[in-house]
Amino acid sequence: MLQILSPIMRIVEVPMLALQRLLGINKLAWVFLLPNLILFGLFAFLPVILNVSYAMTGGDNVLLADRPNVGLRNFVTLTDCENFLDPNSCREDKFWRAVWNTTWFVTLQVGAMVGFALLTAIILNGKIRARGFFRSVFFFPVLLSPVVVALIWKWILQREGVLNAFLDWTGIGGYNWLVDAQWAFTWSVFISVWAHMGFYTLILLAGLQAIPRDVYEAALMDRASPWRTFRRITLPLLSPTMLVVLVLALIKGVQTFDEIYAFTGGGPGTATTFIIQYIYEEGFAGAPRLFGLAAAASLLVAIVLVILTLIQLWVNRRNVDG
Amino acid sequence: MGKIWDFLTATRGSTRLHWTDWVSYAYLCTGIFLMFGPVVWLVLSSFKTEADLQRFPPTLLPYAQQTVEVDGYDDALPLFVMTAGEYEGMTLAQLRRVGNQAQMIDPLNPEERLRVNIANREPVEEFSLATENYTSLFERFNFLRFFWNSTFITVTATLLMLLVNSMAAFALSKYEFRGRTAVLLLVVGTLMIPQTVVLVPLFLIVTELGMFNSLWGVIIPGAATPTGVFLLRQYMITIPDEILDAARMDKASEWKIFWRIIIPLSAPAIAVLAILAIMWRWNDFLWPLIVLTQTENFTLQLALNSFQGELTTDWSSLLAMTVLTLLPIATVFMFLQKYIATGIASTGGK
Repeated sequence: MLQILSPIMRIVEVPMLALQRLLGINKLAWVFLLPNLILFGLFAFLPVILNVSYAMTGGDNVLLADRPNVGLRNFVTLTDCENFLDPNSCREDKFWRAVWNTTWFVTLQVGAMVGFALLTAIILNGKIRARGFFRSVFFFPVLLSPVVVALIWKWILQREGVLNAFLDWTGIGGYNWLVDAQWAFTWSVFISVWAHMGFYTLILLAGLQAIPRDVYEAALMDRASPWRTFRRITLPLLSPTMLVVLVLALIKGVQTFDEIYAFTGGGPGTATTFIIQYIYEEGFAGAPRLFGLAAAASLLVAIVLVILTLIQLWVNRRNVDG
Repeated sequence: MGKIWDFLTATRGSTRLHWTDWVSYAYLCTGIFLMFGPVVWLVLSSFKTEADLQRFPPTLLPYAQQTVEVDGYDDALPLFVMTAGEYEGMTLAQLRRVGNQAQMIDPLNPEERLRVNIANREPVEEFSLATENYTSLFERFNFLRFFWNSTFITVTATLLMLLVNSMAAFALSKYEFRGRTAVLLLVVGTLMIPQTVVLVPLFLIVTELGMFNSLWGVIIPGAATPTGVFLLRQYMITIPDEILDAARMDKASEWKIFWRIIIPLSAPAIAVLAILAIMWRWNDFLWPLIVLTQTENFTLQLALNSFQGELTTDWSSLLAMTVLTLLPIATVFMFLQKYIATGIASTGGK
């Protein structure tokens, strides 16, 4: 690999050497930083600023110059509700359906996922043979692409699928899962937990293994019961890791799109339409393309994510400081 | 026997399995079934013929109806075994079927045509892998094109990302310059801006740069990642400055130091980042969905998603395509799972 690239690198060395003579060693750092900073600027910071101007303009033109200024009208449209809890009373009812779907989804998914991840991590941290093997078993689905995850489960859950065959055999009887709004939602939560649980298990397991052994030995000397040891030692010492896991899971949960979009397409109806899908459909999938509305909705999501990320950074820093 | 049992049930701490250990192993075995089962089922199903896929309840292994070549007939004829009626017990080949009656012949005595009720027969089946599901992908769809698009994006984006991020990490870890803290804060800031919340302006910028409907429009916007910069910087800080000073004494240029010393010494961190990048890029979905709207530019993920809409009944092609899409990642996983695990645990994901 290095051999293939080395001629290119030798060519790059010529201008770099000239710059080094010109700028001196310490200023050369900026040259090394430049490509990264340009990319961050163009594809992260500039979009944030532009997002605000998009949110303040209307029409379906992409070019900002051709977009009429509408002030805060997009936000007014989004938040024009008689009762925020009832999407039917809202002007942009789809947005509020997506908001409440996402809220429910994140609550259930994060709760179930972190719960199972914790249980799995604790079991893997016990006196288990072939721990590495079992760890990778639970981790395996994390690597699968969202579309693959969606198709695997669609194939299992279809009307004449293997799950219904099993349920027929047991006498319970099959069901057309993805046509029923509540079941489609439940299965969305399930496949999302299935696909991402291993990732959090891994982090929690690392957290458990970082707890010093002698604390447990001391508890054993004091004849503490296993339950008491768990409540009084494991949980408190694991809580920083738990917090990181919770915040990370929340950040990712709010952004859920890929696997559910491929799994149910947001349906039946809008039963599994989440906030990112709303943004995608308003801005890119439908005609007219309501970029302004999509940008305004993005801005609201961004605020939630920034708050969550700040909590995450604060938690991380507290952990590092001990 | 007893010794083997002792060995299998021995544990690290105590000598005997406690009931909680049994519960643990039961949980873990359920885990194997739940995590691997669906994927195994997918792979087995992908080798079934379309007719076999329609069967309910499904069989575990792929089966296909046996056929027989009979003199005087061009096509191979499907075989049935008679379960009732006057020919009970005989194995017959079907010529044609009209309503619930079928014209059959005995392969051993092909002259005589027999009429039977289709309720009185069952197909003769054998285990067989329908590899045509896979081969037809290459004939019927532009599968190689999608595969190439995905591979091109993954490889180019990973290399670009490694280069750009390691250059930045080098500058942030080995140079003292004014504004370093500001740059670090800037990098932290980008952590807060996931692609999903700036889709609209990102779309404008990519379009303005002429990268709409081009693979570069997927590759370039994600080339600089805060995770990558942090991961590499964390590792490069541990490389002693004395090595760099020694190289400078020998009149090595800074670029040469970066390329000849820093990169080889950071290989473990770069490997972890490379694996993560390959995973992210191969599985990427939302951004390619927005940028790539023409079928010939589709990645495998996009093709798979659009075909599942078009081919709702054609599960055989869809399943085979799903298997081929997950195969590269599954292979990488088998060989590198240890590194993936440590990599993800150390970065805390993207």
